[in-house]
Amino acid sequence: MRKLKEFIIDKLIFICGLASIFFVILIFLFLSKEALAVFKYVSPVDFLAGKRWYPISEPAQLGILPLIFGSLMVTLGAAIISIPIGIACAVYISEVAPSGIKEFLKAGIELLAAIPSVVLGFIGMVTLVPWVKRIFGLPTGLTALSGSIILAFMAMPTIVSIAEDALYSVPKNYKEGAFALGATHWQTIYRVLLPAASSGIVAAVMLGIGRVIGETMAVMMITGNAAVIPHSILVPVRTLTATIAAEMGEAVVGSEHYFALFAIGIVLFIISFIINVSADLFLHKRS
Amino acid sequence: MVKRALVVLVSLFLAGTACAAENGGSIQIKGSDTMVNLAQAWAEKYMEENPADFIAVTGGGSGTGLSSLISGSCDIAMSSRNIKEKEISLAKQRGVVPFEIKVALDGLAVVVSPLNPVDRLTVDQLAGIFTGRITNWKEVGGKDEKIVVLSREVNSGTHVYFKEHVLRGNNINSREEFTPNALMLSSSQAIADEIAVNPSAIGYYGMGYISDKQKAVAVADDEKAAYVEPNIENVISGKYPISRPLFFYTNGQPQGLTREFVDYALSKEGQDIVVKTDFVPVKK
Repeated sequence: MRKLKEFIIDKLIFICGLASIFFVILIFLFLSKEALAVFKYVSPVDFLAGKRWYPISEPAQLGILPLIFGSLMVTLGAAIISIPIGIACAVYISEVAPSGIKEFLKAGIELLAAIPSVVLGFIGMVTLVPWVKRIFGLPTGLTALSGSIILAFMAMPTIVSIAEDALYSVPKNYKEGAFALGATHWQTIYRVLLPAASSGIVAAVMLGIGRVIGETMAVMMITGNAAVIPHSILVPVRTLTATIAAEMGEAVVGSEHYFALFAIGIVLFIISFIINVSADLFLHKRS
Repeated sequence: MVKRALVVLVSLFLAGTACAAENGGSIQIKGSDTMVNLAQAWAEKYMEENPADFIAVTGGGSGTGLSSLISGSCDIAMSSRNIKEKEISLAKQRGVVPFEIKVALDGLAVVVSPLNPVDRLTVDQLAGIFTGRITNWKEVGGKDEKIVVLSREVNSGTHVYFKEHVLRGNNINSREEFTPNALMLSSSQAIADEIAVNPSAIGYYGMGYISDKQKAVAVADDEKAAYVEPNIENVISGKYPISRPLFFYTNGQPQGLTREFVDYALSKEGQDIVVKTDFVPVKK
């Protein structure tokens, strides 16, 4: 009887373990099935390297290069803003801050994570966008930079809390050893703790970037959605995610536009897959 | 945004309660965001007079409405553009025969900030601005400033109408497109908000959205013609160059409650509501 119970539980856990892989494969298959049909209308090279996105024209022009660059530009901007601030914040919370401030900051960061993206987008639209327009003297504030700043806010909680965990889990004797050798507090942080926690910090950064590249609502509201290849961060961009969200409602089921949106989904899927795999490779190399 | 959310909520509620009604019927109306307020006003009045019936109105865009009609998930599709050939053939495959009813007219206003000195443009200049041939306000008599072009997203009937009738000048062989630099905003309200704070922006939307914070420019067919303000008289008389019909599409000739509702919309009372919601009646 006990053996049977063990067996059932064992298999149940096994199935649960496989479930996530199974779902990923199902999603990938479904996406591929719909997406590959687009290549009946446009060659893969024209799709990925085409510079014009006019999906409802006759004949439709389905080049997603501006959208890929849009997504990358916004993500890069958000990474440049959020990674240094996020890691510095994590160091401060785990190493420097007195315990009262520490608890207060941690609660604040959790609160930041709880704000829905549409609310952040709305706040960005009414406060940040006019501000960006005025400071840089631009014709419009709906730019990649506005998107990057708001997305940096969204990536920060992920980066801070995971990096802080990583720093916290560095064995105490590393720190004590460094102090015993006469290192200052800053030297200890910079030379001992950060390298020791680096794998966790890289994971934190990757998860933060993963959140940024998949974010939709906030970027759709504040990046202007113009499908041009951006030559600076101060121009409007259109991201892959915003394109799917804005156009899926209209696309006639079974049209080339509909298939193209699924193909954009595949591109996004592949980009986040690459981010995850490279994070994994990096972690394994370290250990 | 809030208004639309409310409409959706109310219609969901109504759709829910509709099942409880015993004697009356219920119909679903879906489609053009431009027409949501109008259809909602009709539905409210109609339901006041016929408490047994329920009419649910939701937005989503003309394309969304027509694809729901094709898939059979609504009784009336609202559309601010004509149905496309592609949609008709798709409908026929599923045994749906779209039947077109013109229920109102809409003037498309081209709007700029009140701080912008430009207050009149020709259709040709508009085409130049929105396709990206004209990029500076000084080329059309304004300040030396870059023009910020605002447009609706491609799921909008307004976007399609503006492209076909202004950018392409009704020429079906024309390949003109919106400039890729155009900012694509997700609602008419978003365009109105950006115009209000940006003196170098230009956008377009239905006349109903004009307020003190935007200025509608007078439009002329060409330089020799008179410049005409977008208002109800000028749209009815046909003087204003950018006006369009608004449609209901049904599956075949409307029957039963759908027919009663369409008749109501076209009645004197229904057309009075059209005027109240800042659209233009089909009949005087």
